[in-house]
Amino acid sequence: MSRDLHAKTLTELAAGLERGDFTSVELTGDLLGRIDSHNAALNAFVTVTAERALATAKSADEARAAGKAGALNGLPLVHKDIFCTRDVLTTCGSRMLENFISPYDATIVERLSGAGAVVLGKTNMDEFAMGSSNETSYFGPVKNPWNLECSPGGSSGGSAAAVAARLTPAATGTDTGGSIRQPAALTGTVGLKPTYGRVSRYGMVAFASSLDQAGVITRSSADAALLLGVMAGFDERDSTSIDHPVPDYTAALSGSVKGLRVGVVRQHFDDGLDEKTGTAVREALAVLEANGAVLTEVDMPNLDLSVPTYYVVAPAECSSNLSRFDGVRFGRRAENPEDLLDLYCRSRGEGFGAEVKRRIMTGTYVLSAGYYDAYYLKAQQVRHLIADDFHRAFENVDVIAGPTAPTPAFKLGDKTDDPITMYLNDIYTIGANLAGLPGMSTPCGFVDGLPVGLHLVAPHWGEETLLRCAHQYEQLTEWHLACPEDFS
Amino acid sequence: MSSAWEVVIGLEIHAQLATSSKIFSGASTAYGAEPNTQACLIDLGYPGVLPVLNKEVVRMATMFGLAVDATIAPRSVFARKNYFYPDLPKGYQISQLELPIVEFGELFITDADGNEKRIGITRAHLEEDAGKSVHEGFDKSSGIDLNRTGTPLLEIVSEPDLRSAKEAVAYMRKIHTIVRYLGISDGNMQEGSFRCDANVSVRPRGQEELGTRAEIKNLNSFRFIERAINIEVERQVEVIEDGGKVVQETRLYDSVKDETRSMRSKEEANDYRYFPDPDLLPVEIDAAYIEAVRETLPELPAAKQQRFVADYGLREDDAAILTASRALADFFEEVVASTQGKAQGVANFVIGDLAGALNRDGLDIEQSPVSTAAVAGLLDRIKDNTISGKIAKEVFEAMWAGEGTADEIIEAKGLKQITDSSAIEAIVDKVIEANPGQVAEYKAGKDKLIGFFVGQVMKETGGKANPGQVNQVLKQKLG
Amino acid sequence: MSLDKDQVQHIAMLARLKLADDEFAETVDKLSRIVDFVDQLSQADTSDVVPMAHPLNQAQRLRADEVTETVDRDHFQENAPSVEGGFYLVPKVLE
Repeated sequence: MSRDLHAKTLTELAAGLERGDFTSVELTGDLLGRIDSHNAALNAFVTVTAERALATAKSADEARAAGKAGALNGLPLVHKDIFCTRDVLTTCGSRMLENFISPYDATIVERLSGAGAVVLGKTNMDEFAMGSSNETSYFGPVKNPWNLECSPGGSSGGSAAAVAARLTPAATGTDTGGSIRQPAALTGTVGLKPTYGRVSRYGMVAFASSLDQAGVITRSSADAALLLGVMAGFDERDSTSIDHPVPDYTAALSGSVKGLRVGVVRQHFDDGLDEKTGTAVREALAVLEANGAVLTEVDMPNLDLSVPTYYVVAPAECSSNLSRFDGVRFGRRAENPEDLLDLYCRSRGEGFGAEVKRRIMTGTYVLSAGYYDAYYLKAQQVRHLIADDFHRAFENVDVIAGPTAPTPAFKLGDKTDDPITMYLNDIYTIGANLAGLPGMSTPCGFVDGLPVGLHLVAPHWGEETLLRCAHQYEQLTEWHLACPEDFS
Repeated sequence: MSSAWEVVIGLEIHAQLATSSKIFSGASTAYGAEPNTQACLIDLGYPGVLPVLNKEVVRMATMFGLAVDATIAPRSVFARKNYFYPDLPKGYQISQLELPIVEFGELFITDADGNEKRIGITRAHLEEDAGKSVHEGFDKSSGIDLNRTGTPLLEIVSEPDLRSAKEAVAYMRKIHTIVRYLGISDGNMQEGSFRCDANVSVRPRGQEELGTRAEIKNLNSFRFIERAINIEVERQVEVIEDGGKVVQETRLYDSVKDETRSMRSKEEANDYRYFPDPDLLPVEIDAAYIEAVRETLPELPAAKQQRFVADYGLREDDAAILTASRALADFFEEVVASTQGKAQGVANFVIGDLAGALNRDGLDIEQSPVSTAAVAGLLDRIKDNTISGKIAKEVFEAMWAGEGTADEIIEAKGLKQITDSSAIEAIVDKVIEANPGQVAEYKAGKDKLIGFFVGQVMKETGGKANPGQVNQVLKQKLG
Repeated sequence: MSLDKDQVQHIAMLARLKLADDEFAETVDKLSRIVDFVDQLSQADTSDVVPMAHPLNQAQRLRADEVTETVDRDHFQENAPSVEGGFYLVPKVLE
């Protein structure tokens, strides 16, 4: 297999399939082989759907021969195990759904498959998307391909690791507080979280409904543009889905960054940021500046309240969203329940891991009688202040740039003692979720052999600006081409 | 109950809205399906599913609000009411809390003294219904049927303005009539599409402060509501007079034992942790929408009743009976429009013979085997003296049984009234001749015997002689 | 602000979560730290600020009143831990 198909980006693979350099069956076979060889070391997959993938690949090749190729015909990808996939195990990284076979497909799964994509499997994740290190999964932690003792970030750790290790050219993920962007930064991949309402949430198991968005992890902005174009768009099954026209994201890639007004947040570059990471990011900003971007300092006075705000709003919503897991209609049921109360308490007590239980309880607490005003209501007010900070900033800049994560990948087990330490990993990414803004991370350097990501945030519907900026940066640098040694 | 106590009642009515699909999903709301065959993934609260609001429920709630002169909220919000129960699959009910769709309405009932009394309607809000539990028939288990989950409900909350069980029933009847008039609910209490919870408290007459209230849940007949409230009031008074305190709690009415008793499981302080549902956006209603709905409002019961009295000269209570259901009122009006007879005569017939037959056979007016045209035809034959009122009853029974129109039956059975004066005279003569004794008694002063003679003539004619004429001729001949 | 054991017990009950005895102490500690952390919010001046429930200022879209869902009950109930005669079973509920 010296064609090294696994080293190609999605865009390159699309061209190759088009030219007939190889078939989807061959490509799929190659990747399945790699998954077979490497997944044990990474634990990136919960389920590998080999047979289905090959069957889809075969149909794709036939469709192409008949001149009926969809936009993603024959292109492989993987789905974070939070997306419902019909007749395939959908676990959300949880013991609660260990045996759950979804009877339906999520909208984005339908759209991507409808365009001809080949699904290789479902990736491991922090349980119910709650985590920043992929250490809360019932199926064990995912390892970072750049250093197997390190976390790949979370909650879309499996997706990020699979893409970084070239087991798949692309993966879907979800981002509620940074769960696409932060693992992308820690694994040297590109992660895109669209504007809230851009991509349907139907079939995406809900964590925090007003913050969750589906997105992608790829190895280039061009790949992200290709996938977003298929995933994005109004879905009548999701009341929070917005009927906003879907532009040609691929066309948006070209165009220089000359004159692009880039805001740099004063509050970002403080003690919480690892020094070398800060240096790498500043160098990235310098590259943009050297190519015509205009850097301006912006002030976001309420930003330091983003993490506490998030840790009131997200747990509150999740405490309610996860009430449906009660052992009655699906999911784990405790053995020999004594009575109804026992059924609920034990099924849920056994089905959920510690972090999920903590967040449910935090959420229950902040919504409870006597505390609602001081916590939930207050948090939604502060959220408004944070969103206003962004809107004010965007009056003077087109994009806000900075570090995606405060440090490069940390060792597994390092941050699991104190929940707050773990929560602070999302300090730069959370604001975009609170304000519903699109955000992206693209590789911008290395610190001690571990990748660093450049974080970009744009106004609502500003995905084109993000993609253009990231794509241009990629043309000027080679960080996104780097491959972890063991996986080349 | 001594008049030292004043009763304060507030009613919470849940009316199921008569939509084809559920409030937040496209599953069917049809009653009586096999268990769980109408619970789609959204109703089942499967992972990843999302609610989308049914436009009909917004229209129906708006109709209701307009019918009770309420404010239609320009912006209303859905909230989650969180609690665990097997018939509540998501572990929360989507309802409305702080910003309901309808607020500040009113309607008028007649109180015990016959005066009009205003009852305030605090609010009406939209929410989804839960499923049903079956506790018998499963080994140590309860069976859950989620077909009903997601059926739209309009919860109508009254101000605590009601002061007796009778007022409560009168109010509930009015609401029942209104929702059926508007076509927004079938109001079928047996099937559970119209349910009532009563909040009942007592206080010493003259005291302003309200007493502690108890909530009596799921009352599904007018009779039960009246009895339950009265029983509960007695209970509360007894508790207080014995030196105790009324506990704020939920109670169920047991119609067999005719008592209310405390409900166990729902007693733990239920902290519902309401918050706005993040899967749904605020419902916005503008003035243009409200006006468009207003134009579709049918004539409401109160207005129709007044019009019947004014235009048809009906008695107030007859008008009330006829307008209790829109279908009945429409039936009545159609007959009036197609008959020569007077409106009061139509009213009498509809309220009497027709209603009697419907009740006997357990039918609604919509299912009447006799059409408005047929009834009009029958009444015409009374009006033009072809048959008497009494014979008409016989004809009606035959029409009900499907034997044909009034004319066909009269012809077939030879029921035409005898109005020919010479024929009547001949029979009267015959009767007078045959009953000399009674004739003598009559002439001696026993006036009541006229009835006997009329009876004899009727017997002779098989009831077909025109009674008025018979009377006239008899009096003439007997002197 | 720290939480005490009774509060945590109450919250666990509201959320229907059974905590193992050895989990319990750790949970009290970690939850207290989280609550302490989010208490920072009280510092913010939010007078006259409208709480934000959605990032977008949109109104709810309405759906036509049509039956669009077909229910494949048997397929759905393949995931159910305990069913009988089409009903989902739970330990008997006393009302």
